[in-house]
Amino acid sequence: MSYVGEIVHGIRTLLTGMAVTGKYFFRARKEIITQQYPDNRDQLRMFERFRGEVVMPHNENNEHRCTGCQACEIACPNGSIEIIWDRKVDEKTGKKKKYIVKHIYHLSMCTMCNLCIIACPTDAIKMAQNFENSVYDRSYLTKVLNKPGSKLMDGIDE
Amino acid sequence: MYDFTPMVEGINRWLHSMMPDAAATFAGWVLVALVYLALFAVMGLVLVLVERKVAAFFQLRLGPNRVGPWGLLQTAADAIKLLLKEPVGTKRADMFLYNLAPFLLIIGAMMALSVIPFAPGLQAFDINIGVFFIAAVSSVGVLGVLIAGWASNNKYSLLGAMRSGAQIISYELSMSLAILTMVLLAGSLQVSQIIEQQRDYWFIFKGHVPAWIAFMIFVIAGTAETNRTPFDLPEAESELGAGFHTEYSGMKFAFFFLSEFVNMFIISAVAVILFFGGWMPLHLDGWTGFNQVMDFIPPIFWFLIKMSVMLFLLMWFRWTFPRLRIDQLLKLEWKYLLPMNLVNLLLMAFIVLMGWHL
Amino acid sequence: MEEVKQITLHPQGRTEEYFINMGPQHPATHGVLRLLLTLDGEIIKRVDPDLGYIHRSIEKMTEHDTYRQIVHLTDRMDYLSAHINNEAVCLVVEKALELEVPDRVKVVRTILAELTRIASHLLWWGVTGMDIGALTTFMYAFRDREMINDIMEENCGARLTMNYNVPGGLMWDIHPNFQRRVKAFIKHFKTKLPEFDRLLSDNIIFRKRTEGIGVLSAEDAISFGVTGPAARASGVSCDIRKKQPYSAYDRVEFKEILDTRGDTFARYKVRIHEMWESLHIIEQLIDNIPEGDYQVKTNAVIKLPKGEYYQRVETARGELGVYVVSDGKKSPYRMKFRSPGFSNLSVIDHVARGYKVADLVAIMATFDFVIPDIDR
Repeated sequence: MSYVGEIVHGIRTLLTGMAVTGKYFFRARKEIITQQYPDNRDQLRMFERFRGEVVMPHNENNEHRCTGCQACEIACPNGSIEIIWDRKVDEKTGKKKKYIVKHIYHLSMCTMCNLCIIACPTDAIKMAQNFENSVYDRSYLTKVLNKPGSKLMDGIDE
Repeated sequence: MYDFTPMVEGINRWLHSMMPDAAATFAGWVLVALVYLALFAVMGLVLVLVERKVAAFFQLRLGPNRVGPWGLLQTAADAIKLLLKEPVGTKRADMFLYNLAPFLLIIGAMMALSVIPFAPGLQAFDINIGVFFIAAVSSVGVLGVLIAGWASNNKYSLLGAMRSGAQIISYELSMSLAILTMVLLAGSLQVSQIIEQQRDYWFIFKGHVPAWIAFMIFVIAGTAETNRTPFDLPEAESELGAGFHTEYSGMKFAFFFLSEFVNMFIISAVAVILFFGGWMPLHLDGWTGFNQVMDFIPPIFWFLIKMSVMLFLLMWFRWTFPRLRIDQLLKLEWKYLLPMNLVNLLLMAFIVLMGWHL
Repeated sequence: MEEVKQITLHPQGRTEEYFINMGPQHPATHGVLRLLLTLDGEIIKRVDPDLGYIHRSIEKMTEHDTYRQIVHLTDRMDYLSAHINNEAVCLVVEKALELEVPDRVKVVRTILAELTRIASHLLWWGVTGMDIGALTTFMYAFRDREMINDIMEENCGARLTMNYNVPGGLMWDIHPNFQRRVKAFIKHFKTKLPEFDRLLSDNIIFRKRTEGIGVLSAEDAISFGVTGPAARASGVSCDIRKKQPYSAYDRVEFKEILDTRGDTFARYKVRIHEMWESLHIIEQLIDNIPEGDYQVKTNAVIKLPKGEYYQRVETARGELGVYVVSDGKKSPYRMKFRSPGFSNLSVIDHVARGYKVADLVAIMATFDFVIPDIDR
């Protein structure tokens, strides 16, 4: 390419590039791609499959579906779930039955891989869409998923 | 109509009536210095904010919008933060030079600012070698950069400083030659004279093609002088961290940061003075009505409008182009800009000789 | 009269080698890689990569994990091709178990893998622009990448570490919105990709910065074990999707992008063209997702038969090999990942020698290193 041709070509490519950014500059108002995060908290909806933390749903009678089978504990790759369980006599059947004392969940170690949810035979735990997990002390990240005084729902067997 | 000369002279007379001559002169100096310091600070803050907003819009972001309405106080908050910050530096640095460098840079920038007329009469220092003075003083800045890079005792900084030295010395040439081309047209180095020459038409129209080429070269060289992308090699964030000011923090860092913007302002101002008639309004041949409307707009606004356009152009470059490599940078100067400039100078001389510029 | 001091100069001047640490905290290494540079002025004499700053012993961890658990660890290797890494482990497990996964799984895996590839290349494009000094490219790339991330989030449940593959299929069936969103993305991205060319690829400064820099010959690429776009830019045909088709790659039509120049620009161009090809693959599959199950039932605890298994896949950076030695237990006896980044990094000294520091940054950018992938 000739000396002058090269200069002209160079300038043309530079102007093409400027046209791209220039176009966005003047349309910037409409095409803003960033979100005003803490302000838009109310409108912010995560997708239903989003994995934020493990929770154990309780019904209105403070009953959960966890039988204490420990399938989630075994499935968890990094020991985020610890289940403290015991056996007691079931009033109806008179048999000794396993129940959970504490379903401990270490959010600090969880990688949100969803294996515990898949492993759970009774759908006792599920993923919540909460993503604001920062706290001031690490100990807050260790959670007990079953609420105090809660018990197993009727009709759920191991 | 909008001449500031009476006002300035009035203040001068008032000062002289209040105190003895020597004291009045001194007071005048202090007053001017204070005005320029204030101007410097305000300009820095405004330009940084504008740059951030413009960059945000180029990048489809919102930019600063938390402090004050539309984020207008953001840079003020930043300045306060930088002022209150602990000055963290290196232990092994050459302390005297390390502390001196930011001031050298800022002094160079401030001195160049003094010859720039914002409006008729609003000029601190109208010497007969005005543009020459700007070219000379603005290269003092490179000393600051070199010293900063060397004194920091940091290898990345030193690399940045070396690049800066090579870059500014080369591009000084182009810039001066581009200025010289326009000076040929004006026949004077005095800034007020140059502007006066453009009362009927701006030089960019008067000078035909050579003036456009000179403008192009001036903008390129000016970008290189101010260390902005695509010529930001001394800083080269992705290569050298922050180049020559890696080791600076707090207000010393702010000085480097501000001086970049002030230099940008100076480059734009010189471009406006040389090519777009400074504070002169736009006049078109034969359109008397239009010309009168243009005259109605105060010169200071003319100056500021032209400045904004120039500054926007520099920002547009910055947020579009990739960075050059050091050898390409020098190649661009010595193989393209310099020969073009010399030919251009001859062309302009020929045009002036033939009297085609009128 | 004062004696004139004689200064003798070496013919080239007295020079000293200049040694700098690039990293582990350096903007251009995109992570915690440390390069020990020996410089002559700005010219690179030697590059010594120093790794291990983000080594998490994933290979060792696999020896204590079940095969289901291993999958999620691979998300953290090359986090930009998380889905493809998952797929590799799932494929090797399926191979060992001689499981035939349904067509639906294969097609969905392929679509997601190609989306991952585009997302990875988009991030690469953004940071390449940034490394070379054009800061705006980053936001434009992320604008489009965000659409893919949203698709991933809606369909897989996470934006980056998807863990959507399980041995035997997928974790869930695809989301009802999946096809609509992917088509919207294709439509959007086809208008934006030419813009990338106008903004950066054609730019004279970018061209000058990349053309003829960091030339890697085909022989060297082979002998250093370079794979992926970096090798294809040198003319080495090494696309696993073509050589050993897995998932649904045997039923789609696409070109293997090859270039012969082997310089930084060729590597850049190959990746840009690969985005077009990925779009082309997705277009062929998105309307033809076969009906069927999304998972084959497997035992709760997967035990691979005794033996050695190997599976290669093409990630966004090159060839990822998963080698499993099983002794019949629920965890592998040994698992080895042949990561593309590690082999590609080995060539950096050979490629960068004699160029400038700024070139090294450009070379690093176009080799597209992901440091956790190198260190594992």
